[in-house]
Amino acid sequence: MTDPIAWLILLPLFWATAAFLLGPGRGARLAIAALLAQCGLALQLAADVIDGGARTHAVGGWGAPLGIDLAVGGLSALMLVLTQAIALPLAVYARAYFADGAPAVRYFWTLTGFLLAGLNALFLAADLFNLYVTLELVGLAAVGLVAAGGSARQVAAALRYLFAALVGSVMYLLGVALIYGAHGTVSLQTLAPLVDARAPAAVWIACGLMLAGLMLKTAIFPFHYWLPPAHGGAPAPVSALLSALVVKASFYLILRLSLEVFAPLAATAATALGLLGAAAIAWGSWQALRTVHIKMLVAWSTVAQLGYLFLVFPLLAPDGLALQAGVMQAIAHGLAKAAMFAAVGVLMLATGRDTLEGLAGVAGRMPLTLFAFGLAGVTLMGLPPSGGFLAKWLLIEAALTHGQWGWVAVVIAGGLLAAAYVFRVLRQAFLLAPADSPFHPVPRSMEWTAFVLATASMLLGLQGVELMSLLAAGS
Amino acid sequence: MSGGMIFAGAGAVLFTMGLVGVVLIGPLLRRILAFNVMGSGAFLVLVGLAQRDGGADPVPQAMVLTGIVVAVASTALALALARRLHRLTGRTTLSATDDD
Amino acid sequence: MIPLLKRAAVILAAASFAGALVFAMLDLPAPGVHLPAAVEANMAASGVAHPVTAVLLNFRGYDTLLEVGVLLLALLGVLAVGARATPPAPAPGEPVKRMFARLAAPLMVLVAVYLLWAGAIQPGGAFQAGAVLGAAAVLLHLTGILPGWGAPGLRLRAGLAAGFLIFLVVAGALLAQGAVLAYPPAQAGRLILLIEAGLTVSLGLILAGLFLALSRDSGDEA
Repeated sequence: MTDPIAWLILLPLFWATAAFLLGPGRGARLAIAALLAQCGLALQLAADVIDGGARTHAVGGWGAPLGIDLAVGGLSALMLVLTQAIALPLAVYARAYFADGAPAVRYFWTLTGFLLAGLNALFLAADLFNLYVTLELVGLAAVGLVAAGGSARQVAAALRYLFAALVGSVMYLLGVALIYGAHGTVSLQTLAPLVDARAPAAVWIACGLMLAGLMLKTAIFPFHYWLPPAHGGAPAPVSALLSALVVKASFYLILRLSLEVFAPLAATAATALGLLGAAAIAWGSWQALRTVHIKMLVAWSTVAQLGYLFLVFPLLAPDGLALQAGVMQAIAHGLAKAAMFAAVGVLMLATGRDTLEGLAGVAGRMPLTLFAFGLAGVTLMGLPPSGGFLAKWLLIEAALTHGQWGWVAVVIAGGLLAAAYVFRVLRQAFLLAPADSPFHPVPRSMEWTAFVLATASMLLGLQGVELMSLLAAGS
Repeated sequence: MSGGMIFAGAGAVLFTMGLVGVVLIGPLLRRILAFNVMGSGAFLVLVGLAQRDGGADPVPQAMVLTGIVVAVASTALALALARRLHRLTGRTTLSATDDD
Repeated sequence: MIPLLKRAAVILAAASFAGALVFAMLDLPAPGVHLPAAVEANMAASGVAHPVTAVLLNFRGYDTLLEVGVLLLALLGVLAVGARATPPAPAPGEPVKRMFARLAAPLMVLVAVYLLWAGAIQPGGAFQAGAVLGAAAVLLHLTGILPGWGAPGLRLRAGLAAGFLIFLVVAGALLAQGAVLAYPPAQAGRLILLIEAGLTVSLGLILAGLFLALSRDSGDEA
């Protein structure tokens, strides 16, 4: 039988290899066709989870702990749907963006295929060591995309990113080594009943190492230093993929490990993680308010928005409110940030400038793209009915339920700061353009994909109940 | 103390030395080597700790083989990037001015 | 220059971390799960006689599939970073070295084939064999016999991807019958040999490529 779990990993590996065989720059149509199929697979899997609950696929037929299991639950099914749903429009966008055959496109499609295979494999993995391999798959593909055909700035950004990713994974790996030494297995399912609050010191150290490694990869403050140059310097479709999906993968992993296997130990670090989240919101927003480059503004906004994800940890409780808030924020920010980078890519191609100043006059010339940017901005600010609104609402509700008022102030202040940096862009766009400013036409398909992504992030709030029932289905 | 435990202890020390190197060393080539020292340390802990009672365990041995290949791959990519940076800018370190 | 204080603080923190780690490891009780026994019990169904190969290609074969993907990916990254399309002419090597390389290369191919074959029963296998093949190519390149790589042509791309593709096709075909990489015990040995043979060639090419594609970007001399 065809099990969508396994095909979600094998299919992107197949088309990534095929794109490599086809040759430099080829494979766009193949990728789009395959991504359509992947969307279908992810939706089928989500439907399966709603009907039948969480399930596993024993690779090799051995079963954990001797073999490796793949597992899907509500949380991973949601992340899989999100990944394919963002990747498909971005592939359509990238095909138009790279139509001129820029050097960055030579290995774009094959690297993207490996990236998506790595992400899907990561969301489905249920084995600590297998997770390490998927982390490397994601990390190297992402670095390759940032560096591709690049300028000195891009290469430097890619190197910085690579060091962060590698040190992050090797810390994670040492954690895995200690866990294997302590318990003799790396299967999450086998480990879960073995780990409790009286764990030996080595297991505590292992958790700390894995957490630190994954935080480095998620670029949470103060490990954010590599993110703005990497996400701000890459071509627009790459920035969109990285900001929307790649940093969410390691966050997903932190969330999942602290909810399942290491739940007895996780509460210790919760408050610290929340405080780092608050610091990320403040610092990222402040930098987004200061920068003169439009893409850096969007990249710094990612640093800030990642902060919300970490506010979830001190509020995690059996009522599930904080978990819902975190997942909603991951989805809403994913869609909105993909839209925002796509829109900014269009604006930069049209004006030929990369600064905020260069945006003068785009309101009259590209209303659709600017509208898309605005809609995505509304999600980041957290105004209704956007997905961002729902996420922040749930977060505030969770904070009030637990009487932790401080987080409420952080959420509200973060929304105001987001409004301030989004309006910096909008205000500039409505200024009159200098008469002699050049203007290049941009394919309509790029404008529309940005708009579709932004609309999705906006209307997400209306689908909250369905999404949350899927989240609850697996747990 | 068993042989496996000695390997694991050496691995812990190597990992930490590598980490210090990655944090403190500027020149890219040496930093990449420091990362490799970190990786070797983690591999030693993985095989050593699992075999501290003296019995052979093929599972971590296979994992380390996988890990070595992954480390080779990442090292190659890092070297390619470092070389490219040197070709483009003549620098062998990452400067603080790259990030805006 | 890094201030002395920061340097001292980092080293001190690292030293205490290493100490804590060593003590924590000494303190560990025996693990509750004992996988070597499970490996031993399932060796007969694995299709190979060497336990590490059995774990690598059968029990945890999925890790290995992804790992080959990582290696291919690194080469893609290296190729994507480089700019030059045409390979530079090989530097003329010294005659003695060239002669030695010409003698050694066929022997290295022979060693690779032996390592591949030996992997079923003793330490060896596709990765070791591929590494020897890659080293042979590097040797030939360094002595000026083999040119550095430009953008790889179709035949070379096919060679690079073949091992991964064979692995992937086997995984997909077995999925159609049940689970990914669930070899029927009767055919496990043959399928693993097929995968390993493909991997040996491709890994050799990829490892060689990591060096030969890098060397075209001879920034140091330029």
